[in-house]
Amino acid sequence: MAKQTLHPDTWVDNYSDYLFNYAVTRVNDTEIAKDLVQETFFAGLKSADNFKGDAAERTWLISILKRKVIDHYRKINSRKAKSMIRITQNRNTDTDGDFLEQQVADPISLLENSEIENRELGMAIYECIGKLPKKQALAFTLKTINGLSTEEVCKELNINPSNLWVIIHRARTVLMDCLNTNWFKT
Amino acid sequence: MSNCKEVEIICTKIQYREATITEKIRIRVHLLICHTCRTFSKKNHKLSLLCKDAHFRTLPLADKEKMKKNLGSMN
Repeated sequence: MAKQTLHPDTWVDNYSDYLFNYAVTRVNDTEIAKDLVQETFFAGLKSADNFKGDAAERTWLISILKRKVIDHYRKINSRKAKSMIRITQNRNTDTDGDFLEQQVADPISLLENSEIENRELGMAIYECIGKLPKKQALAFTLKTINGLSTEEVCKELNINPSNLWVIIHRARTVLMDCLNTNWFKT
Repeated sequence: MSNCKEVEIICTKIQYREATITEKIRIRVHLLICHTCRTFSKKNHKLSLLCKDAHFRTLPLADKEKMKKNLGSMN
């Protein structure tokens, strides 16, 4: 495998959304997630000399972010009271929740599963977007994820509408194949 | 007669609700006779559903600019 090199100038454009999604699904707070991503970029710059070039840039950044997320939880846990187990007993109702067993999530319910599945789906789609050529990826994200209008995207990318549709069409075709192999068959 | 390449692009436009009436009629007629495009249209629609399910969150452009500036000042 060829040696990878770091290009910090392109980090924000290429990876910030990916890292942000990763962070936000783990800390459930956009502000904290934003800070974590920023810290990740700083830490990446600082330790750029330690980058051996074995992994792809994104993998390397994600591994830094992973540490940041763990550190974040460590910090809020040490700040809080030392007791780790907090049982909130619901005294408002007469019968429901009197027994701890009744507070456990319903094992038959599929709602929680679909929530987790959706998070993973988001990451899977981002990974597929990462494989697209730059221009296609940008056009697709702006149009689909950011929901901009056609004119706005055209202005941003400096192309005409029929060009934009061809680009988006190509992006979608690749994405369909990519998701087919990565998401539905694993 | 509309060829498949054009129809596929119209199909993509439909996913964003930006096809015109004439385009919609053209694609309807074409889908009746073309099996390949029918499959494509189904897959395309599915991709839209997946994207909706994923609840993407993106950083606002302003925040990205700020991050770039912060990174630049460190360099």
